Amino acid sequence: MSQTVQPIDIRIVDCAKTFPDGTRALEPLTLQIEAGETVVLLGPSGCGKTTTLRIIAGLESPDPGGQVLFGEDNVTNQPIEHRNVGMVFQSYALFPNMNVEQNVAYGLTVRKMAVEKKNRRVSEMLEMMQITELADRRVDQLSGGQRQRVALARAIAVRPRVLLLDEPLTALDALLRERLRVEIDQLLRELGITAVYVTHDQNEAMALGDRIVVMNQGVVAQTGTPRDIYYKPSNAFVADFIGTINKLRGTARKGRLQTIGGSLPWTGSDEADVEVLFRPEDASIVLLNKAQLRGRVAASYFLGDRTKVLLEGMSEHTIVVETAERKEFAKGSEIGLIIKPDALMKLD
Amino acid sequence: MMRRNSLFYLNLGFTLLVCAFLIFPVILSVMAGVTENFFQGIKSGVTLRWVGEVWELYADTIFLSLLIAVACLIADLLLGVPAAYVLAKKSGRTARIIEETLVMPIAIPGLAIALALIITYGGFRDFRTSWLFILVGHVLYTLPFMVRSVLAVLSSFDFKTLEEGAASLGAGFWQRFFTIILPNCRSGILAGSLMVVTLSVGEFNLTWMLHTPLTKTLPVGLADSYASMRLEVASAYTLVFMVMILPLLIALQLYGQPKDVGRSKQAASGDGKALT
Amino acid sequence: MLIPAFVVFVTFFLLPMAKLIVLAGSGEAGLGEYMTVIKTPRHFESLVATVLLSATTTIAALVISTISGVFLERNRFRGREALISMLTFPLAFPGVVIGFLVIMLAGRQGLANEVSKALTGNRLVFAYSMAGLFVGYLYFSIPRVILTLMAAAEKLDPALEEAARSLGASRWQVIRDVIVPALKPALIASGAICFATAMGAFGTAFTLATNIDVLPMTIYTEFTLNANFVTAAALSIMLGVITWIALYIARSLAGSTVAAAA
Repeated sequence: MSQTVQPIDIRIVDCAKTFPDGTRALEPLTLQIEAGETVVLLGPSGCGKTTTLRIIAGLESPDPGGQVLFGEDNVTNQPIEHRNVGMVFQSYALFPNMNVEQNVAYGLTVRKMAVEKKNRRVSEMLEMMQITELADRRVDQLSGGQRQRVALARAIAVRPRVLLLDEPLTALDALLRERLRVEIDQLLRELGITAVYVTHDQNEAMALGDRIVVMNQGVVAQTGTPRDIYYKPSNAFVADFIGTINKLRGTARKGRLQTIGGSLPWTGSDEADVEVLFRPEDASIVLLNKAQLRGRVAASYFLGDRTKVLLEGMSEHTIVVETAERKEFAKGSEIGLIIKPDALMKLD
Repeated sequence: MMRRNSLFYLNLGFTLLVCAFLIFPVILSVMAGVTENFFQGIKSGVTLRWVGEVWELYADTIFLSLLIAVACLIADLLLGVPAAYVLAKKSGRTARIIEETLVMPIAIPGLAIALALIITYGGFRDFRTSWLFILVGHVLYTLPFMVRSVLAVLSSFDFKTLEEGAASLGAGFWQRFFTIILPNCRSGILAGSLMVVTLSVGEFNLTWMLHTPLTKTLPVGLADSYASMRLEVASAYTLVFMVMILPLLIALQLYGQPKDVGRSKQAASGDGKALT
Repeated sequence: MLIPAFVVFVTFFLLPMAKLIVLAGSGEAGLGEYMTVIKTPRHFESLVATVLLSATTTIAALVISTISGVFLERNRFRGREALISMLTFPLAFPGVVIGFLVIMLAGRQGLANEVSKALTGNRLVFAYSMAGLFVGYLYFSIPRVILTLMAAAEKLDPALEEAARSLGASRWQVIRDVIVPALKPALIASGAICFATAMGAFGTAFTLATNIDVLPMTIYTEFTLNANFVTAAALSIMLGVITWIALYIARSLAGSTVAAAA
């Protein structure tokens, strides 16, 4: 692996962004990305994740007072041309007037690298991305997945200090996305480069991120590892946005939580009105006489490897559970659930 | 809808008639230019002497037309391509207003523009009597076509993201302009260029008002010959004009639609108010 | 980067046009010159004649081009490309050449003359009348309009016609209720362009030298022969305004910016 650049850390300090038309895209954000780490910015559209990425890239400048630091360098006032970043765009931004080889070589051509050295580096990149046979092809002859690889090769060829990826897989179909996700993950680990990855797809985020920054409406909702985010959401937004979440409401007294659907063991203190959350996979469907909660089937969906069952009567909200059992669930039939101990989450 | 029914043939017949209406006079004129005597028809013999006479009398007009067309093209490229880029880059009201104003010369009859130019700059003797005066009129009239053509191509692909991509790889503004923007505008620049040259060679309304006896272009010469020369000479002269314009028209047909970069062809048949 | 174009534009277009407008209002009657101009019978006749001619040409061109344009767009047959080329060939002809071609067809020594003499004994010379002008104007209008209409016909959604037919509509009903309405924007747009072009046409009328003057010819005469600069200026401005309005209508119907196929 000849990617021998020392990875650097990135710091964003108090970066906010208000656009000329008045839109407040980002509230003051402070974030530290460790050298070699892959951080995923995750959130719905309009949450500010792309703006943050573009500020790191140098395509947008933060409102006065914001700073961007690459290692020890304060790059806040440097335009993107001088920051030596590698960027992969959602639409790939491959140059239609050049073939694959020339595209990959572009950053090196701009840096006036000697021809031989440049050619060697380009071949190296093409090989790494397994697209050597595409060298002569023009951009419009490539499939989506191939364009992806070319975009990556082009971004890495210049040995950037940081790799920035703006929803690189969004434009691809589901199957391809999954495959490439794995490849990108491997690539990032191999390179050991600091990477910032923007996506709205939580599966991608969880699979790729060392840490995830969940954003909503210009503000960070939670930062943490995938497990942190999933098992310990710190607010309602994160709980809702990540995975599927079930909500129960009830009264906690003397070690039991009493809800409409039944009562559950409770390890917390007494409280008159409590809302708890749990993940579908932490609930199992059991016989009614062994169940903690009881309800009725509102709908069920056979998804092949599992069946998703929507239950009502246990909570104000519909409860979603999944089972791999080869059973059919008739609408209206009564169902019992047991929830794993420690699976109940409470938001502060 | 491939039924070859009577309606099809009716339509076909009609279209053929229209075609005949348009082409027949051309053929007639061509024939007149190469026959000894028009009134005796082809029986009088085929000759090139009329063409020869045309060359003797009007060769300078042909050269001047070509000179102006080329100069006009160069001016339009230098002025129009950057202008189109700026207009494509900036959205917003000022850009639209500038676009509207740049297009104005097409809307105003050539006659009026010529008048305005004469009134304003006619006093500068040297300028007034040189071919540059005509050039100015031509540039004013053809620039919008170049701008429009390049704009059409630029609107067909996301050049802003491409520029960001190039910038992320370290390319500065001019580098991006020459290695990324211009190459991808090729089809628009070509279509625009063909349009500009064709328009310039055939321009009459403006040129007639702006010309002097020493600066006569081909169409001006044609008007002269229609008024004063015998039919055969006038026809031969027209023939020369058509021969000159034919390759341009073929090229326009082949390359005249700015191709969307990476998409299917877009009909940019342009403002019909081109040549009268 | 826009500055060079802008400078050229201001110097050679805006400034002179401004002077022209000023000049038009600088005669004895001042701004009233514009009104006097209309009141002068010769000028008024000229204006009316030009408008009528342009209007009839436009309508005729639209009808002819729609029939042929839609036909050519919809059907593929051998020789189609050749037909299209022939129909658009005259696009590059300056008005003078077209005038000349009309003379060849219908002038004193023209074909129509010979043919009609042989057939009916009467010499038919119509090149130098309104009819001749009309033929000439039609000649340069058809290629332009057909191109635009063909482009529009290409964009017609066949599903709409199929839906109409599935509901029982006859051929004519489909044309009347589906095709023509769908083509309406293109028809109006190209009609406006056709009208504007015809209004400003000079070369054709110049060559045909009829005794009915179209407005451009009147302007020319006032300027060069009568040295009535003020009148010429006023008439030019009026002509320019009418033409600009027509084109503005066309553009606002055809789409937002210059970049749209107008």
